[in-house]
Amino acid sequence: MATATRYMGRPLKRKEDPRLIQGLAHYVDDLRLPEMHYVAFVRSPHAHARIRSIDTSRAQTAPGVLAVLTGQDLDNAMGVIPCAAQLPEMKLALRPPLAKERVLFVGEPVALVVAADRYAARDAAELVEVEYEPLTPVVDPEKALAKGAPVLHPQYSDNVAYRWELEGGDIKAAFAKADKVIRQRMVNQRLIPVAMEPRVVVADYKPGENKLTVWSSTQIPHLLRTQIAAVLGVPEYIVHVIAPEVGGGFGSKLNVYAEEVLVAHLAMRLGKPMKWTESRRENFQATIHGRDQIATLELAVQRDGTILGLRCRILADLGAYYQLLTPLIPTLTGLMICGCYKIPAARVEITGVFTNKMATDAYRGAGRPEATYFIERAIDLVAAELKKDPAEIRRKNFPKPKEFPYATPTGLIYDSANYQKSLDVALKKSGYRKLRAQQAKARRQGRYLGIGLSTYVEICAMGPSSAMPAGGWESATVRVEPTGKVNILTGASPHGQGQETSFAQIAADLLGLEPDDILVVHGDTAVVPYGIGTFGSRATAVGGTAVYTALTKIRDKLAAIAGHILQEEPKRLVFRDKKIYLKSNPAKSLAFAEAVSAAYVAKTLPPGMEPGLEATYFFEPSNFTFPFGAHVAVVEVDPETGEVRLLRYVAVDDCGNVINPLLVDGQVHGGIVQSLGQAFLEEAVYDENGQLLTGELTDYAIPRAEDVPRLETARTITPSPVNPLGVKGVGEAGTIGATPALVNAVVDALAPFGVRHLDMPAKRERIWQLIRKARQVGSRPASRRAGGRRDRRAR
Amino acid sequence: MGVVIQVRVNGKTRQHEVEPRLLFVHYLRDVLGLTGTHIGCETSICGACTVLLNGKAVKSCTLLAVQADGAEVITIEGLAALGGNGGLHPVQEGFWEKHGLQCGYCTPGMILAAVELLQANPKPKEEEIRRALAGNLCRCTGYQHIVDAVQYAAKKMVASKR
Repeated sequence: MATATRYMGRPLKRKEDPRLIQGLAHYVDDLRLPEMHYVAFVRSPHAHARIRSIDTSRAQTAPGVLAVLTGQDLDNAMGVIPCAAQLPEMKLALRPPLAKERVLFVGEPVALVVAADRYAARDAAELVEVEYEPLTPVVDPEKALAKGAPVLHPQYSDNVAYRWELEGGDIKAAFAKADKVIRQRMVNQRLIPVAMEPRVVVADYKPGENKLTVWSSTQIPHLLRTQIAAVLGVPEYIVHVIAPEVGGGFGSKLNVYAEEVLVAHLAMRLGKPMKWTESRRENFQATIHGRDQIATLELAVQRDGTILGLRCRILADLGAYYQLLTPLIPTLTGLMICGCYKIPAARVEITGVFTNKMATDAYRGAGRPEATYFIERAIDLVAAELKKDPAEIRRKNFPKPKEFPYATPTGLIYDSANYQKSLDVALKKSGYRKLRAQQAKARRQGRYLGIGLSTYVEICAMGPSSAMPAGGWESATVRVEPTGKVNILTGASPHGQGQETSFAQIAADLLGLEPDDILVVHGDTAVVPYGIGTFGSRATAVGGTAVYTALTKIRDKLAAIAGHILQEEPKRLVFRDKKIYLKSNPAKSLAFAEAVSAAYVAKTLPPGMEPGLEATYFFEPSNFTFPFGAHVAVVEVDPETGEVRLLRYVAVDDCGNVINPLLVDGQVHGGIVQSLGQAFLEEAVYDENGQLLTGELTDYAIPRAEDVPRLETARTITPSPVNPLGVKGVGEAGTIGATPALVNAVVDALAPFGVRHLDMPAKRERIWQLIRKARQVGSRPASRRAGGRRDRRAR
Repeated sequence: MGVVIQVRVNGKTRQHEVEPRLLFVHYLRDVLGLTGTHIGCETSICGACTVLLNGKAVKSCTLLAVQADGAEVITIEGLAALGGNGGLHPVQEGFWEKHGLQCGYCTPGMILAAVELLQANPKPKEEEIRRALAGNLCRCTGYQHIVDAVQYAAKKMVASKR
């Protein structure tokens, strides 16, 4: 039974769009229930303080108020905020949903108000009087490690959350043999995810049926259901979680938040439907942050550019408490630190540290953008040190295509790749040689062009359960209705990625139907079987494979039924044009719907076959997948103002086979632009008191349409052997691959000023100061003296 | 103390007594039940709440309902009727054809901002589109397909006027 590909690989426009472009979709905040009450939180204005007292009396009597609760009032009604990650000798940092004795970050909720409308709730929240005794905040992660630093969690003697080490190969020998050791300290700054839809939770409890329904803007409805049950101490079967339309997540909704369990608890406690809508300020303060690592990376290299070994020490600022995966994210940096290079020996040491800030956790890329940034910057430093072209250093150290599956010293097995090819395509597409000539010419004219490369590999399709905190498989049920229409129930929880369309494409091809014959259902724990959710670029590679495999079971059963009716061998039948027919004689056929009907009417089934037409499959991947690519950025820096203009961006990505190129392009574009945000604009800034200075979109710049040039994209296709679809995943590629290309371009532009490294974001002011400093010490741009030859000397 | 306002929304005259401090976006969403208009920042930065007020794209999250008294308003729910062909408005069509949206949250505001642009400038250059949409943030698409969508709509609208 060959599968004729008619829809897979085609740029089908999305099935989910008509409702979204007409304002007919329903996000959580669009939901209104009779007698619904609104929740507002009172949050700590202090980064570190002891709560002396909370006076709720004025709030209690404010108009429309139903209840005011503090951490003490909740008493033992619920457990702590869950963390799924377990690392050896990791300290616990248990956080009650409402603070009890102490607050550890600005924005930590200390009390809540429930009122009949949202204005009344906010008004009353302002009447809650909390008396704090401020304590010394710990803000700088390096100072947090110093002897005598205040300790956040007093049951421990210091702020170290954990230490994690990884070593492979003979690291001592590698550094002993090296001609040179390149060393650099690099900061991967703290970021705010900024999904356009803030978090929203609605909960409704029906005591008669003993049913608690929770609508949440989440990426993981099933895991949230399990955790709500655990935290509230109720049987899981009473909890029903629905993730309706979700307005973006980027990892920030891959979590279980205090507000989710609190709103669920309030619905049960007070007997009214509850809604909480996060304000953007709350979203900045109390939804997870991303990145925030300081790395010192050393590369042992030979004179010809061969890398012998890598050592990396990482300090990861985890914030005050753990959220769901907080401690785990930096370890992904450790695993991927060798990038797409054949490095025989590597050693990584990670220290996770507590500070008085919101927790960091998975933000698009989650640990891999950091790894890629560190290694890709270091490769450029090697090139500069050895006065070689950065493309040449990269090429020299790639494993060859025939070396795959390739084992890294960090213990991973890269599935398949051709790094040479993606680099070749990127260099050709960008006109790299010509760009270098233009750069030389521009420098002679006193203009500073920079060309930045990044060749990246990422780990995704998360992942084998043995390597995941709580299951890495995904589920799918295919249910064919008696009329021949198909329901695909997926455990993945798309929130913009478009699987309602791409999964329908898979099903249409396997069953010989049209995408409109297929409905993809997700995000409802009462409807779809237990699933893991959407994150880690896993939905298609893991969830799609579950769908594919469940479909093959349906097809096998239908072929057996049709074969029985047509008196033909099932394996000689094909599914196409809504028919099941004999490959050698298409006239001998049965309508798809007839075969389906036979499964339900159950009078003409092969002997012993069970009636009905439904199949479920839980796909457990044998490995991660490792997409890769090569990006080229071209920038111009204005030496007078420090302004960076991105002139061109060329991205060649390889995510294996492609089911819908339109969706893949969308993921790539979006990822690159988020990267651009990190490279040039974004930085979550806490001051020395632990106040979040970038507390709103007014103070935190995410890229706008005019900040971006037209992106030039291309693909190479190296199928993954890990799943039958040959797909790898593409949700995070852009945010992983692009940041180093952009920063490498800026550093390259500034090379004539002796600039060797620059921490992100590469803001005007920072660049202007570097140029000013260089000019003050009298180092005139070297390129003019050197007649336009690139001078890539290190300081 | 309530204030009576009268607003024409998507061609229908609506009259309500509202609190003077009620935000217009809450009037649309909570009073009229028009939830296609979204709230993304409450500070006029993100543009998710953009509606057409007397033909101009405005951010309804920093407008009071009482300020809209007497105005003619088009929200995303009423846009298709404006297209005049019984189907989608060309800008909506462009967003669908060119994959100009992912999560869809910014989309209604983005579409209405693009409608305003094309009314003023029927043949915008790419830079003009990007500048016109600077008040509308999208975290998913990287904007390229949004620009494509607006170009698609521009072509279609110019052609239909010939």
